[in-house]
Amino acid sequence: MRSFNPNDILFLAQAALWTIALSLIAFFGGGIVGAILALWRISTLRVLRMVASGYIQIIQGMPLLIQLFIWYFGLNLLGMDLPALMAAAIALTLYSSAFFAEIWRGSIEAIPKGQWESAASLGLSRFEMLGYVIIPQALRLALPPTVGFMVQIVKNTSLTSLVGFVELARAGQLVNNVTFQPLPVFACVAVIYFSTCFPLSILSRWLERRTHGHRQPVRSA
Amino acid sequence: MGYTFQFGEVFRYWPLLVEGAINTLLFSAIAMAAGLAVGIGGAVCRNSSNRALRAVAGGYVEIVRNTPLLVQLFLFYFGLPATGLRLSATEAAILALIFNTGAYSTEIVRAGIENVHRSQVEAATSLGLSRTQAFLHVVLLQALERVYPALVSQFILMMLASSIVSAVGAEELTAYGNRIQSENFRSMEVYFVCGAVYLGLTYVMRFVLAFLARFLFPRRRALARA
Amino acid sequence: MAIVNLSGVRKSYGSLSVLKDVSLAVERGTVVALVGRSGSGKSTLLRCINGLERINAGEIVVDGRRVEQNEATLRALRQEIGIVFQSYNLFPHLTVERNVTLALSLVKKMSTAEGHAIAERVLNQVGLGDKIGAYPEQLSGGQQQRVAIARSLAMSPKVMLFDEVTSALDPELKEEVLRVMEGLAREGMTMILVTHEMDFARRVANEVVFMHQGKIHEQGPPSRLFVEPATPEFRQFISSAIN
Ligand SMILES: Nc1ncnc2c1ncn2[C@@H]1O[C@H](COP(=O)(O)OP(=O)(O)OP(=O)(O)O)[C@@H](O)[C@H]1O
Ligand SMILES: [Mg+2]
Repeated sequence: MRSFNPNDILFLAQAALWTIALSLIAFFGGGIVGAILALWRISTLRVLRMVASGYIQIIQGMPLLIQLFIWYFGLNLLGMDLPALMAAAIALTLYSSAFFAEIWRGSIEAIPKGQWESAASLGLSRFEMLGYVIIPQALRLALPPTVGFMVQIVKNTSLTSLVGFVELARAGQLVNNVTFQPLPVFACVAVIYFSTCFPLSILSRWLERRTHGHRQPVRSA
Repeated sequence: MGYTFQFGEVFRYWPLLVEGAINTLLFSAIAMAAGLAVGIGGAVCRNSSNRALRAVAGGYVEIVRNTPLLVQLFLFYFGLPATGLRLSATEAAILALIFNTGAYSTEIVRAGIENVHRSQVEAATSLGLSRTQAFLHVVLLQALERVYPALVSQFILMMLASSIVSAVGAEELTAYGNRIQSENFRSMEVYFVCGAVYLGLTYVMRFVLAFLARFLFPRRRALARA
Repeated sequence: MAIVNLSGVRKSYGSLSVLKDVSLAVERGTVVALVGRSGSGKSTLLRCINGLERINAGEIVVDGRRVEQNEATLRALRQEIGIVFQSYNLFPHLTVERNVTLALSLVKKMSTAEGHAIAERVLNQVGLGDKIGAYPEQLSGGQQQRVAIARSLAMSPKVMLFDEVTSALDPELKEEVLRVMEGLAREGMTMILVTHEMDFARRVANEVVFMHQGKIHEQGPPSRLFVEPATPEFRQFISSAIN
């Protein structure tokens, strides 16, 4: 047993880099899948709409932790290397994609019908309407809740510690196991999370205020 | 490859799954009720004329919303004993869930309160109601009715997030799942089934909370009928 | 002895002086109509009388009781004073009956049965006995405003204040509300009302008070005031109000 010292803080800080890396993977991975899902959700094809909506309901109806376990043990069965990192990346990506899809669909649907109609009257195709008229406007609405959801992503990465991935929360546990000083250790972990998330929260709120009057019916979980 | 799923190996343990599901609902119900109470108190503090109260409530909300539930749980479970307060896994889990839900509820209820027009309070106090009566009977009820859908979404997210408390061994559905898979080594099947049960629980909660709303907010029922 | 007595009342919002030395005595059983241009301080004056606004100087006495800014005094006082607002301000989450009985049960500690009996009586008085179980949003504006009047009446106030209660209503709906108010006046209710309905003021009021720039500029019985206005401001106000 030894006391909590600056080296431990350095260790936590290094682990925090993994937290950030996982967050970026989830953000970009979830963003790409989520964008496709959002388009499926508003597609004119019933099949695509139903597939996307079923996927979103299932992902949002199950705990992220359970999804992590499924991928973790599933990849293990397949004999994959690095199952913890792979499971974490896949589960976080898919989980985030469902939420992004809902946020962005909400933003697209918040654009007044008149915009579609006037774009249609110019003779634009559906994809041109989306690309040139609707999405550029929806992006402005989507930005605040998207940034807001990044906070959720950063926090969600902590669950990967439960499949043994060493990111910030897991590093905190490891340090606690040798120092037996849970209060300072986990307080320090909390402070690192907070200093990552709080600026994002502030940014999201600032963006929200800047696009005021355009309150959306979507929630960022 | 060539893995054959054997769900029978999981269903053999159905009494454990049922018990786990019931525990998850219990944890969630307690966290909802107490979290809402904390949220109402927090919202009152956030709107208080007392600067210190406003700051404390604001700080609470920001701290909770910008740190993971898992770390909050560790602080309650591993951290509190260091201060001399020893909690069982279940106690720590429920406290952490209340602490967490309370902050989100604070923000939701506060938004609801701010949306009730000042003239409602004027009308109530003009009839001789005290400020407290006006708040409880006029402002709060209207606020809750308005933000009820947001609260329901929040509560369902919380129920799903409660799977995290298995990390300290609190005995809810995920913890039972962990136990079953350590006995039958059918982890994939176990977690698929757990996931399905959670999905079912979200529908149960939606249904129960919608049913509850009919009693809490009779206006909606009356207007729906008309 | 006047039931409402204002002497030397001053009220300002920051540097904006809204009431400048207003004195007014309202006798029991009389109807006083406050008229004047927008921003002249009519609403503010009414709101000072039941303590919704704090006055900066002077004194307001209602039924022998000084209007003071402490909760106990205000609560006692407000049971004696009914107020009806332009925007009705009904409680949207409560039925018409509960709107009327809320204060009866919370303030006067009446039983449900007593409250119900009173609700039936006052709702019949405003012609809405059949709407007792409805919710406000199921009613027209005129009906909502009559419920608001009934809600005040249920507390058996000694004075009723009305702030432009028909301004938000369509012409057809105005009449039903004005008729209720006229009935109250006939029964001897003391009423202070802010109104833009000059015909109504002329017909029902015992006293007309013309406010101008935060002061009482001219006052007297409508029979005299409307026939021979003494000041050019009031003369101009009447001619613009009629057109
Ligand atoms: N809460 C407030 N804060 C600041 N200024 C106010 C407030 N309430 C009223 N005022 C100002 O006081 C003045 C008098 O307002 P008041 O509402 O009494 O006028 P009014 O005679 O009732 O007018 P109207 O016919 O338009 O209702 C106005 O200039 C108004 O802008
Ligand atoms: Mg006014």
